[in-house]
Amino acid sequence: MSGATRIAPGRSYTSVAKLLHWIMALMIFGLIGLGLYMEGLPFSPDKLKYYSWHKWAGVTVFVLVLARLAWRARHRPPALPTTMSPLMRAAAHGGHAALYLLMVAIPLTGWLMSSAKGVPTVWFGVLPIPDLLDKNEDLGDLLQATHKYLNWVFIATLLAHIGAAFKHHLVDKDDILTRMLPNFTRETKT
Amino acid sequence: MTTTSNGFAASFALSAGLVFGGLSLSAHAIDYEGIIAEQSTVSFRYTQMGVTLDGQFRQMDGQLSFDPAKPEEASAVIEIDLASITTGMREADSEVQDKAWFDTGNFPTARFESSAVTSIGEGRFEVAGTLSIKGMSRPVVVPATFRTDGDIAVFEGQFDLLRGDFSVGEGAWAKFDILANEIQVHFNIAAKAAR
Repeated sequence: MSGATRIAPGRSYTSVAKLLHWIMALMIFGLIGLGLYMEGLPFSPDKLKYYSWHKWAGVTVFVLVLARLAWRARHRPPALPTTMSPLMRAAAHGGHAALYLLMVAIPLTGWLMSSAKGVPTVWFGVLPIPDLLDKNEDLGDLLQATHKYLNWVFIATLLAHIGAAFKHHLVDKDDILTRMLPNFTRETKT
Repeated sequence: MTTTSNGFAASFALSAGLVFGGLSLSAHAIDYEGIIAEQSTVSFRYTQMGVTLDGQFRQMDGQLSFDPAKPEEASAVIEIDLASITTGMREADSEVQDKAWFDTGNFPTARFESSAVTSIGEGRFEVAGTLSIKGMSRPVVVPATFRTDGDIAVFEGQFDLLRGDFSVGEGAWAKFDILANEIQVHFNIAAKAAR
């Protein structure tokens, strides 16, 4: 595969990878927004409802990131442009590794936090998710702080991710941004 | 009626004990009086957005009189300190003291007073009575089992109540889509043998 010319099919992500990327992007923005909003609400039925929705969506994102990692392990992403310096390549790989790590760690801390706080998660109100910890309020508070702190790191990393994508598109004028867009494959084929 | 006759039964038993102090009463089954609050629990289970949660009242007290030979003469008054609630969600523990919930400032205790006890066999009973919460009284029939544990008696049972019947959760909470109406109450009440 690597023996092909530079404009090889491997320059774009697979449709599955793109689909997972964009579904998760939308869900993660929603989850962060909802998380920040619901935390400050006074105790109310709406607050309980939003917490449940947040947990359901969080569990969904956790399942999706595992599927995405499994997919990625079998479908290597396209190589970075040769115009990138070794430092920039290291930054890109490091940034992506951080994003994956956070996409796993954040739902996991949310799950652990729910267990420790004694309010287990029932996925969509139907499927109970096993408790990984026994009830322990102090540990619950610690996990809540961790969940929140990791999200601030996540927000910063996402801003860098989005900023880098636009920098590649507008300044470097390479295909880093477009190769993740839904119609890139079709355009290159023509 | 029952309360009076039980009061009489209790005082009769007491006088009998005084008069025949030295005599063995072992031919007669032991009867029980007085609740051991520290060994008694009242807990509840409820559903919030499909999640089952457990709560408990940490403080309760009451009077009880029970002669296994004459269960129909038994009586009980149980008083629960509502402010001693733990809901299973820390944030809710203080919330449920408010007016929309138990309004513990005006109605600090929930009270159950028995009116009739019916034996349904094998240490099982149906206790009819009145449950009062937040100024509202409703008739209830509560199943209970009786067993002995050393020289104490343990009465255990569970029943469902509807929080809406007692206006527990008003305003935004009056709908049952987020927090279910049904509350499963479980009690385990210890009583000491009468002397």
